[in-house]
Amino acid sequence: MKGLVLAVVFVGALFLLNGVLSGTLIEGLSISPYYLQILSLAGINIILAVSLNLINGVTGQFSIGHAGFMAIGAYVSAFITLTFGERLRDALGFLPVPAQNAVILLVVLAAGAVCAAIAGFFVGVPSLRLRGDYLAIVTLGFGEIIRVFILNIDAVGGARGLGGIPQLANFFWIYLFAAATILVVSRIVRSSFGRTLIAIREDEIAAEAMGVNTTRSKVISFVVSSAMAGIAGGLFAHYLMYLHTNSFTFIRSFEIIIMVVIGGLGSITGSVLGAVLFIGLTEGLREFAQYRMLLFSLLLVVIMIVRPQGILGHRELKSFLSRRRKTDPAPPAISG
Amino acid sequence: MSLLDLHDVTMRFGGLVAVNQLDLSVAPGQLYGLIGPNGAGKTTVFNVITGVYKPTSGRISFDGHPIAGERSGRITRRGIARTFQNIRLFGEMTVLENVKVAFHCRQSADLPAAVLRTPTHHSEEARVDRESRELLKIFHLEAFAEERAKNLPYGSQRRLEIARAMATTPRLLLLDEPAAGMNPQEAHQLMDLIRWVRDRFGMGILLVEHNMKVVMGVCETVHVLDYGATIAVGTPAEIQRDPKVIEAYLGGA
Repeated sequence: MKGLVLAVVFVGALFLLNGVLSGTLIEGLSISPYYLQILSLAGINIILAVSLNLINGVTGQFSIGHAGFMAIGAYVSAFITLTFGERLRDALGFLPVPAQNAVILLVVLAAGAVCAAIAGFFVGVPSLRLRGDYLAIVTLGFGEIIRVFILNIDAVGGARGLGGIPQLANFFWIYLFAAATILVVSRIVRSSFGRTLIAIREDEIAAEAMGVNTTRSKVISFVVSSAMAGIAGGLFAHYLMYLHTNSFTFIRSFEIIIMVVIGGLGSITGSVLGAVLFIGLTEGLREFAQYRMLLFSLLLVVIMIVRPQGILGHRELKSFLSRRRKTDPAPPAISG
Repeated sequence: MSLLDLHDVTMRFGGLVAVNQLDLSVAPGQLYGLIGPNGAGKTTVFNVITGVYKPTSGRISFDGHPIAGERSGRITRRGIARTFQNIRLFGEMTVLENVKVAFHCRQSADLPAAVLRTPTHHSEEARVDRESRELLKIFHLEAFAEERAKNLPYGSQRRLEIARAMATTPRLLLLDEPAAGMNPQEAHQLMDLIRWVRDRFGMGILLVEHNMKVVMGVCETVHVLDYGATIAVGTPAEIQRDPKVIEAYLGGA
C-alpha cells in the first residue's frame, strides 16, 4: 500500500517536472531544449548502465555487446511504430491523443524488449559458457553481428538510416523507465536469486557446488539485462526520431562499460552516477573542441588510478552515508 | 543399503590414471576417511563424486540413483555437499549471505516473486534468514554474521565452509582437508565438530585429510589410496599396522 502511494507520488512529480522543464506547464521556468535533451539522454544512459551492471558488475560476466541489444530494441520498436502505428491509433480512436501516444509507446517498447530478450537468450546460451576475455570477445562479436545485420535490412533503411519516427518518448517516459530499471535491478540483487548471481561472481565453482544452477542464473540475468537495453533502445528511437546503425557500434558498448566501471562494478547507484558523470563530462568538455576526447581519456585514466574499484566500488551510496552517520558522535541526551 | 557407491571408477587425464578402478561405499551416518600420499588422487575422487569431472568409466550411485556425469548443482540438490581444499568462500559477501546462497537450492520463490515482492517472497526470505542464523549459531559464527567472509580468521573460514555446505541439507558431506593449516588446538575442535555434526544430523561424512591425528581420531573406516588405486581399507587400528600403507607413506626398505 505504502509502495503504491509512493509510486503514484513519484509518477505525478515526474509528470509535473516534465511539464515544467519542457515549458508546457509554466512558460517562464523551462530550461533550454539543449539541456533537456542532455538530461533525457542521461536517463537513457542510466537504463543502459544499470542493466549492464546486472550482468557485468553483479554477475561478473564481462559482456561487451550491450549496444547490439539496444539496437534491436530501437529498430524493432521504431519499425512497429512506422508500420502499424497509424492502425493502432485508429483502433485507439476513443482515447485522447496523448493517451494514444502513451499506449503505442508502451506496446512498441514491450515488443522491442521482448525481441532484445530473445536475442539475449540466443547469444547468452552459447557464450556464457566462456569466461573472462573469451566471453568479452564473443559478446563484442555478437554485438557487431547484430549491427551489421540491421545495416543490411532494407526495410529499416539500411545505410540510409530510419527516419520519420514520431517523438512519442520524452523526459517523463525516459525517467519513468529509468526508475523502473533501478527498482527492478535492485530488487533482483536483494533477492535469493540475486545472491546466486553475486555468488557466481565471487566463485563460480563454489556456487555450482552449493546447488546453484549457474548456467540458468547467468542466462536469466543476461536476458533481463538485454530486455532492459531493448527498452533503452526503443526510448532512444522515439526520442531522437532517427536511427542509424552508427549509433550502435562497439564504441557505444564501451561507453556503457565506462559508465559502469567508473561508477563501481556491482553498485547500482554507482552506475547511475557513472552514467550522469559520463554525459556531464562529454558535454562539459565540448568547449575544448578537438582536445575533448583527449581530456576525457585523461580523466578516465586519473579516476582509474585514484579509485581502481570505481567511485563507489561494490557498495551502494547508502552504505557510505550510513557509515558517516555511525562515526558521528551521538548527540548528548537532553533530559527534561 | 549404502548411501554412496562407487563401483570400478576410473578417471584418466590423457595418459595419467588419476583414479584406478576404485570401489568405495559410504553408509548413512558413517565417518569414512580417505587418505593417501600427495597426488594419490583423493581430491580427484571428490571431484568425480561431485560432478566436477565425469569419470572415464565406472558407476557412481547416490541413494540408488546413478549420478556419474550429472552437473555439480544437480548432485548437490540430490544431497551431496562439499567443502574445498583451498577455501572457496564468496569473499565479498557477508557470512550470513554465504549461508543464504546455499539455501537457495531448497527454495521455491523465483524471480517474478522477487521483483514484485510478493508475500511468498517475504515469507521465504524471513524463513531463510532465520534458518541461516540458526545454522551460524550452531557453528559459533553468529558474531560474524554481518562481516565479509574474506575478513574472517582462517579457522572460522573453514567452519563457515562447513556451515555453508550444511545449509544445502545434505545427506552426505564431503570434507576436503578441513584441518589444513589449523593449529593442534583448532584441529582438535574440528574433530569434535565433525563428530557432533554427524551425531546431530545423522549424515554420512567422507573426509580427505592429511592430519593423521584427525583421521585416526574421528573415522570409523579408513581407505588408503596410492597412485589412484586402493591399497587398504579398514579400521584406523588395522590401517596403522598395514605394511603396504607404511610402505606407501615411508617408502620401501
